[in-house]
Amino acid sequence: MATSNKLHKLKETAIRAAAKAGEGHIPSALSILDILWVLYDQVLTYNPKDANDPANDHFILSKGHASLGLYSVLAEKGLIDVKELETFGAFDSKLGGHPDRNKIPWVEASTGSLGHGFPIAVGIALGLKIQKKNNRVFAIIGDGESNEGSIWEAALLANHHSLNNLCCIVDYNHSTDRALEVGDLVKKFESFGWKAVSVDGHDQIELAKVLGKESQDQGKPLAVIANTIKGYGIKSMEHNPAWHHRSPSAEEIATIVKELYQNE
Amino acid sequence: MSNMRQQFVATVSEVMKNDEKVVLILGDIGVHGFRNTFAEHPTRTYNIGILEQATVSMASGLAMNNLIPIVHTIAPFLVERSFEQLKDDFGYQKLNGNFVSVGASYDYASLGCTHHCPADIGILKNIPSMSITIPGTPKEFDTIFKEAYADPNPTYYRLSEDKNNEDQDVHFGKANIIKKGNDAVIIAVGPILQNVIEATEGMDVTILYYTSIRPFDSETLKANYIPNKKVIICEPYYMGALTWDVTEALKPHAVQIEHIGVPHEFLREYGTRQEHHKHLGLDTEGIKNKIKNFLN
Repeated sequence: MATSNKLHKLKETAIRAAAKAGEGHIPSALSILDILWVLYDQVLTYNPKDANDPANDHFILSKGHASLGLYSVLAEKGLIDVKELETFGAFDSKLGGHPDRNKIPWVEASTGSLGHGFPIAVGIALGLKIQKKNNRVFAIIGDGESNEGSIWEAALLANHHSLNNLCCIVDYNHSTDRALEVGDLVKKFESFGWKAVSVDGHDQIELAKVLGKESQDQGKPLAVIANTIKGYGIKSMEHNPAWHHRSPSAEEIATIVKELYQNE
Repeated sequence: MSNMRQQFVATVSEVMKNDEKVVLILGDIGVHGFRNTFAEHPTRTYNIGILEQATVSMASGLAMNNLIPIVHTIAPFLVERSFEQLKDDFGYQKLNGNFVSVGASYDYASLGCTHHCPADIGILKNIPSMSITIPGTPKEFDTIFKEAYADPNPTYYRLSEDKNNEDQDVHFGKANIIKKGNDAVIIAVGPILQNVIEATEGMDVTILYYTSIRPFDSETLKANYIPNKKVIICEPYYMGALTWDVTEALKPHAVQIEHIGVPHEFLREYGTRQEHHKHLGLDTEGIKNKIKNFLN
């Protein structure tokens, strides 16, 4: 499995930002950090100097509560000022608990209420088709988010309109198992007419492979079911619902960061 | 055009010919009416299906691509079912979209509560950037739509089976003065104007006609307010949606406001919209009696 010291740094950044703010969904952010890193480091085509460059690919974080992960990656890539992270959750910050498209140029959709970002991504993909453009569109949804009916409405639309420029990545961290099991998402997406593959959501080499252009089907949208661990990288947080929406105290920070680097 | 639905087809067809950004999305209604549009603009005309929540979110994705979506279905499905998508994906995100409903309060009277939508205007007023229009005739829809469809804000257009006998020279965001009098100011919204005109024959009242709920033309109201006289708001939906705008516009006057509109209750009967008008006192006779009582 590919690992990266960079990701440890990103995780620490996210955790410290959450601790300072007393806010943030840390485990959800850690769950998708490998995916986000691979997207921004290897998969997405974008002009780092212009968020509105028409040649840019599109990315929507549909599970907006994992915003800390996105902010950390954007900062590492120099797309937002790393100092902004220190303001996370503050009254006048650009970086809220959910991302805001009108505050950060690299955020394309203001998400938060689950089940919105994915159909928005479908609209972007359809709009690109209408305008005969070849950019790709990526969305990350959560397995809990896939409880929402609008996810499956959007899945129907994407298949019906043959949106082969669209990739839906499911962060399958089993956060919803305690409420409503969503079962075999590969089969579910396939039954909706999608190409669907399953992947270790923390294996960056595999992720880069399945998210690459060559993996996209000629006529179908692509679903990548990324098997992840909520709170990945910090054993005391992994699969621990107590941490879902909690920020560490000053005392806990030192232990958590130590744990993070021990797990290398 | 004989009705607003036909005008909607004609107006949108014309706009789509002239503006390649416009994309029409039908929620499996009006498909036959738009058959020529499907043929003329196949990549910009969709019978999207019966999935209103994803449809509205998807439309915001189109708007992010600098396209101008028009979403059309029956009022409760467009407004009540998709409210959060309208709020988050268009309102908060500051995107342009056009939402055209049919059915009004109870045009589908015989289909019952699920197809009634007297709450639409009051609900949409809770989305701060949502423009809200209620044309009173087909031609008025044509004018207002052409003025507003490319506006940066999302805009709601409420089509009705009811219509006024005469077109007014309406404009998006502007009110019209129908007549001037001394005993009261009556605000009539959209297609209720016809009954208000007939009901006030022989009365010495001012009638102001509003086809835009937001932006609300407070200047016309201020200029025509008669101190110490009542303001009577006549609304073809759940009454009260305009009350805040009226009181704000007329500050610091202590205005006595009376309401004529659909009462805040479920309509459990079927029949026709005309029967509902009569039952609710919103036909000419009912409105006349209410106004007389208010002015006595």
